[in-house]
Amino acid sequence: MNEKALIDDEHYENTTLRDTTVIQPENIVYEKPKTLKDADFHYCPGCAHSVVHRLIAEVIEEMGIQSEVIGVAPVGCAVFAYNYLDVDMTEAAHGRASAVATGIKRVLPDKYVFSYQGDGDLAAIGTGETIHTCNRGENILFIFINNGIYGMTGGQMAPTTLPGMKSTTSPFGRDVSTMGNPLKITELIAALPGTYYVTRQAVFKPGLVRKTKKAIQKGFELQKDKKGTCFIEVVANCPSNWKMTPLESNHWLEENMLPFYQLGDIKTPNGSNN
Amino acid sequence: MSELKLMKGNEALAEAAIRAGCDAYFGYPITPQSEVLEYLSREAEARTGMTVLQAESEIASINMVYGAAGTGKKIMTSSSSPGISLMQEGISYIACAELPCLIVNVNRGGPGLGTIQPAQSDYFQSVKGGGHGDYRLIVLAPSTVQEMSDFVKLSFELAFKYRNPVMILTDGALGQMMEKVEFFEQQPREDIITGWETIGKPDDRPSNVITSLHIQPDKMEQINIHLQKKYKEIEENEIRVEMIDCEDADYIITGYGLVARICQKAAQMAREKGLKVGVIRPITLFPFPYETYFNIADKVKGILDVEMNAGQMVEDVTLAVKGKIPVEFYGRMGGMVPTPEEILEALEQKIIGGAK
Ligand SMILES: Cc1ncc(C[n+]2csc(CCOP(=O)(O)OP(=O)(O)O)c2C)c(N)n1
Ligand code: SF4
Ligand SMILES: [Mg+2]
Repeated sequence: MNEKALIDDEHYENTTLRDTTVIQPENIVYEKPKTLKDADFHYCPGCAHSVVHRLIAEVIEEMGIQSEVIGVAPVGCAVFAYNYLDVDMTEAAHGRASAVATGIKRVLPDKYVFSYQGDGDLAAIGTGETIHTCNRGENILFIFINNGIYGMTGGQMAPTTLPGMKSTTSPFGRDVSTMGNPLKITELIAALPGTYYVTRQAVFKPGLVRKTKKAIQKGFELQKDKKGTCFIEVVANCPSNWKMTPLESNHWLEENMLPFYQLGDIKTPNGSNN
Repeated sequence: MSELKLMKGNEALAEAAIRAGCDAYFGYPITPQSEVLEYLSREAEARTGMTVLQAESEIASINMVYGAAGTGKKIMTSSSSPGISLMQEGISYIACAELPCLIVNVNRGGPGLGTIQPAQSDYFQSVKGGGHGDYRLIVLAPSTVQEMSDFVKLSFELAFKYRNPVMILTDGALGQMMEKVEFFEQQPREDIITGWETIGKPDDRPSNVITSLHIQPDKMEQINIHLQKKYKEIEENEIRVEMIDCEDADYIITGYGLVARICQKAAQMAREKGLKVGVIRPITLFPFPYETYFNIADKVKGILDVEMNAGQMVEDVTLAVKGKIPVEFYGRMGGMVPTPEEILEALEQKIIGGAK
């Protein structure tokens, strides 16, 4: 996404492209969840953010908890998450979403509270808040979109950028000797007693999408236990800033991101790890 | 039934927070105000169920305040100068999103790590916005331990009336010194939901969003126009100022907070010498009582502004009198507190001597 592109037009009011006359009720096999607003996503074609938004909306609708959910949007490409998810939301300062979510949850302990954050937001500028929120075992759900890049600001290096991976601020590839190694923040917070359920998922294949949805549902359901922080990392693509087509980006993700960021549960309430 | 107690300023403020029905406090230790967090950690939850949380930093504290204040509850934090500097980004977000809350700044000497002794060097960063963008906090400056208590209640009233963050700007001496204080009665902790809060979206209203992001410049300008209109309204309605012995005065000494009390002593000493001196004490620093100074400038020969800094409020006093009379400054810095003798001497040299 490009911040400037959003200034151009009445993006959110533009519904003229939808022709409802061809859609008859008897033909409907797949619908937009009622918990998604009637707005077109601003995300680039093929971007994982849109898929994860939809999954969150589906879970909230199916659990029937729309009136019980408060979300926190990050600063990053998902800054406008509140334009799509039809739940009460607060837009946090860059990196501070989990502190904001803590504030909400502490005064409304029986509501479902989640933060939605990118890798720059959660694992660079907001590292302190992430670790301490997890360490206090705040009963919130983190949804962490790791695309290995700063999407919103145009493709700079993120804390999660792979060794050798090019970005606008590592134009010759990430040199770990001067730029450090990619940070596996998910493994790091899983080691804290405060976390309850920690998992890493992806959404570039239908089967994985279904798994991620299950994880999100579990993340919301486990909040009722009040036994600690739930944390779902989604290894994601950023076709625009990776300078690839959506399909190429999915292949690249599978071949390069997944060997380093391995999918699966890292910590579950009954103690099983894989 | 009200109660009389002997208490430190910081503790009186914390006690008042409990009594005002505050729902949550988020803070991080820093001298000279840690007693607020300590007192609340001891007392609050058992008495009213108030949430008290020690955050990992002032950045986290203010963002917890932001989240919690968005639910429409009574939320506060406190800190001292370096911690307030860290909070400024968050305060800017809170001001733009128009969330009611209370921020207490127990000012210590700076710049840098400075000293833990009292100062007023945060006037600019408290009264003029402080963070990025055009915004204002309502700023109250107590001068007694009694006001440290009373202004907590007043702060929440003003914060909710205008949906605006309120700051109590005090200093390390007032925070630490003990005086008698009469407390107001315990107020209930109650939710006043008016419709904008993020508390979960029922079927019968659109989702509520708390944000400071309006990426289209014409919309962002409208937000700014709205904020400025609100600040104007606050300036019209909420100015509070105390004038002591000003009716027959030839000269004025002015200062806020603790300094105003030292100024009063200096004025008394001046009167014993036959000099007619009055004191003006702004209680609200925003909104600032410009008119009070403008009007009195027709009756007096000069104003001495006294502060525990290098001269910050003096800019507003100077603006206020519009050149009608001389305004001079006397200050101590870095944690030093001026004595009445010093102030009287400065008055005689800079104002009375100069006005002859
Ligand atoms: C205090 C502050 N610093 C920097 C920025 C600029 N900024 C906006 S988004 C962003 C990075 C976002 O990257 P990420 O969190 O990975 O989200 P993505 O866009 O990739 O989903 C930065 C640096 C800001 N808005 N605020
Ligand atoms: S593809 Fe990249 S730049 Fe585009 S919306 Fe997704 S994360 Fe942002
Ligand atoms: Mg990213």
